[in-house]
Amino acid sequence: MSEALAVRPGRDARRALGMTPGKFAMWAFLASDGMGFVGLFAAYIATRLHADWWPDPNNPAVLNVDLTALNTFILVCSSVTMVYALQACREDRIRACAGYLGLTILGGVSFLGIQVYEYIHLAESGMVPWEDNFCATFYSLTCYHGLHVLSGVIYLTCILIGTLRGRYNSKNYTPIEIVGLFWHFVDLVWILLFTFIYLLRPLGVESF
Amino acid sequence: MSAAAAAAAADHGHDGHEEHHHEESFIRHYLFSVDHKMIAKQFLFTAILLFLLGGLLAVTVRWQIAWPWSKIPLAGYLVGQANPDASGMFSTISPEGYYAAMTMHASVMIFLVIIPLLVGFFGNWCVPLMIGAGDMAFPRLNMWSYWMFLTGAVFFLVSFFVEGGPAGAGWTAYPPLSAITPGNGVNLWALGVLFTGFSGVMGAVNYITTILKLRAPGMTLFRMPLVVWSILITSTLTLLATPVLASNLIMLFLDRVAGTSFFVPDGLVAGGLIYSGAEANAGMDAMRAGGGQVLMFQHLFWFYSHPAVYIMVLPAMGIASDILATFARKPIFGYRPMVYAMAGITGLGFIVWGHHMFQSGMNPYLGMTFMVSTMFIALPSAIKVFNWLATLWRGQIHFEVPMLWALAFVGMFIIGGLSGIFMAATPVDIHIHDTYFIVAHIHYVVFASTVVAIFGAIYFWFPKMFGRMMNPMLGKLHFWLTFVFLNGTFMLMHYVGLQGHPRRIAVAAMTDEVVKAGGGGYEFLVQYHWANVIMTICAIGLGFSQLPFFINFFHSMYKGKKAAQNPWRSNSLDWAAPTPPPHGNFVEPVLVYRGPYEYSHPDMPEDFAPQHSPDGSPIPDTTVAPAHS
Repeated sequence: MSEALAVRPGRDARRALGMTPGKFAMWAFLASDGMGFVGLFAAYIATRLHADWWPDPNNPAVLNVDLTALNTFILVCSSVTMVYALQACREDRIRACAGYLGLTILGGVSFLGIQVYEYIHLAESGMVPWEDNFCATFYSLTCYHGLHVLSGVIYLTCILIGTLRGRYNSKNYTPIEIVGLFWHFVDLVWILLFTFIYLLRPLGVESF
Repeated sequence: MSAAAAAAAADHGHDGHEEHHHEESFIRHYLFSVDHKMIAKQFLFTAILLFLLGGLLAVTVRWQIAWPWSKIPLAGYLVGQANPDASGMFSTISPEGYYAAMTMHASVMIFLVIIPLLVGFFGNWCVPLMIGAGDMAFPRLNMWSYWMFLTGAVFFLVSFFVEGGPAGAGWTAYPPLSAITPGNGVNLWALGVLFTGFSGVMGAVNYITTILKLRAPGMTLFRMPLVVWSILITSTLTLLATPVLASNLIMLFLDRVAGTSFFVPDGLVAGGLIYSGAEANAGMDAMRAGGGQVLMFQHLFWFYSHPAVYIMVLPAMGIASDILATFARKPIFGYRPMVYAMAGITGLGFIVWGHHMFQSGMNPYLGMTFMVSTMFIALPSAIKVFNWLATLWRGQIHFEVPMLWALAFVGMFIIGGLSGIFMAATPVDIHIHDTYFIVAHIHYVVFASTVVAIFGAIYFWFPKMFGRMMNPMLGKLHFWLTFVFLNGTFMLMHYVGLQGHPRRIAVAAMTDEVVKAGGGGYEFLVQYHWANVIMTICAIGLGFSQLPFFINFFHSMYKGKKAAQNPWRSNSLDWAAPTPPPHGNFVEPVLVYRGPYEYSHPDMPEDFAPQHSPDGSPIPDTTVAPAHS
């Protein structure tokens, strides 16, 4: 048929990019969301570089790096369980998939719990957002990230309910893949955030 | 092949084919519609209403400049809250009221009228139809995009009624003014812009996914009309730039409500108060990470708002390309270079934001970098202009109403683009920065180019939207009045700007009446006051010139001549759908055989060859009547 020649089925857009529209949309959204963090990070960097004085975040009197390192570890572990959840779904082990999703949610909730605990602790020691620009950038970045973790937990819970209802299997696992993308993104941003805010010390500060 | 295409159409229409003709409730159909065509109309009607508001604010601003401290019609209703003495039909406005009117004119026009019209209305209407899809990739997300936009609009509208009036810090909202002005105007403004931004990002994700994934079989990327390309490229800009503005506005909002000082410098004294973080008033503590930076706001703001200028002009370029090719009955000249030029404008658009800040105290070497990158943008822009001219060259030009607007777009864009090059040059910019020259430039680009292209688009796609033709006589009247008055309004701004007329001042010339009425203004501007009076009269004329449009629009919606399926004998797929297109758009899945601009091909039976016609001959109208419009 002439139409088959003319339309060249190999160029069918539905196979474009090798992914479903949903997955592509998540990638696009992550690019956008990443730019939001870029704005806040840029503000953080510019503010810190221009400040006459900046506290040493490694100082236990300023930030609790050990506790946050543990928190980082928890979040990274939840990314690992996310990978396992997807793998289990791909292999039709639905109960294992639900279990791993549950562990991922647990990781996210623990992370949020520890962060709220840290906020309360900091606020008691006088570190409130309007205190100075160190506090302002610290709270704005970690809160913005925390809201992402919270959204991720809610999103994961919806996916977990779907998994328990048997909606996903080895033929239909893209929604789990998509929530995984978001979760890994949130994790990745936290690694950057932890490095920039908690680990990087101002020049010329003596070690403890 | 056709089975696959049918499956695709069923996949993409969210309801599937069999449900296309079901009856929907009023709320489902008109309010919480998920049909891209209804959402497009929602954007259209909302933005047209807000266009009236933005226009009234513009007249308020112009009236005050021409006849300072006189009684201005409707001003008491618009910005009365910023001016306790003002009330009623005619009232004077205060300098704060003037600032509020000027700020809200720009904000309403940019965030609630032009971007929603181009992207929300126009993108929604054209993208699925032109790529042969049943609907957008995510219809429900699309609905949310509209409702987010409306929420933003409500924040803007509410700010007119709060104590202290709407935001009065300029549409750019530079701190420290925006960070320390009392009242809730700027807070509501920031929330409004945030919500329209969310709406934009939602739309952008949707458009990009739709265009890349839901094209009809045979519709390769380089067979897409330039309109679709422009929406794809614009969406990329929106996607990557808007969140930066959002983070910036979040920080501004925190500065205002949470007492942070991202943008409030240490030791700032204004109005007898020290602003430097709530706790810092006690004195400068050495062990305090203080010092907000106003320049940081400008950098982050223009990182979005410069690309936003391209968000506001690229779809207009796409519209003009399609209209010009259709009415010149010629293929668009240099189709691929047109696409690459748009991509080039986008890429460069991300690295030129500093040209808004030449006078801000930025490092001069950095300023030079921004100057050079800005000048580069003239290249892709010139490619587009020359390609439009070459498209017209020796074409059979039909002066239908949409064509008049598209031609005006090209001419006005040349003026707006050239004045941009003046300002890109740092030495020239020192002279004309913050004068009426920049006001002239932005209005030539955003009003005389973009809004003119939008009018062209409305006249062009109205038959497809409502199944009726608009009246060409009223259309031409609307065109000529608008064209004359817009040049009358904005052309003289170049002149007074070069003479040093500053923008954003409530009183320009210190005329005798001004001295009597309360003072203000500059003595050297008295000799140019005649120009301000002419501009204001033309601005009022420009406002009244829209009357034929509104009459035409609403009258033709119900009483216009019935339109054929393809009244302009155009090639693109939107004209392959029935008029008006039913839910799901196409009665049969479409296959695409050629590019969108095959006009006057010597081997074809007619002077146009629809994209979905196997042998290039025109396809008779689809006979299936839609169940509802």
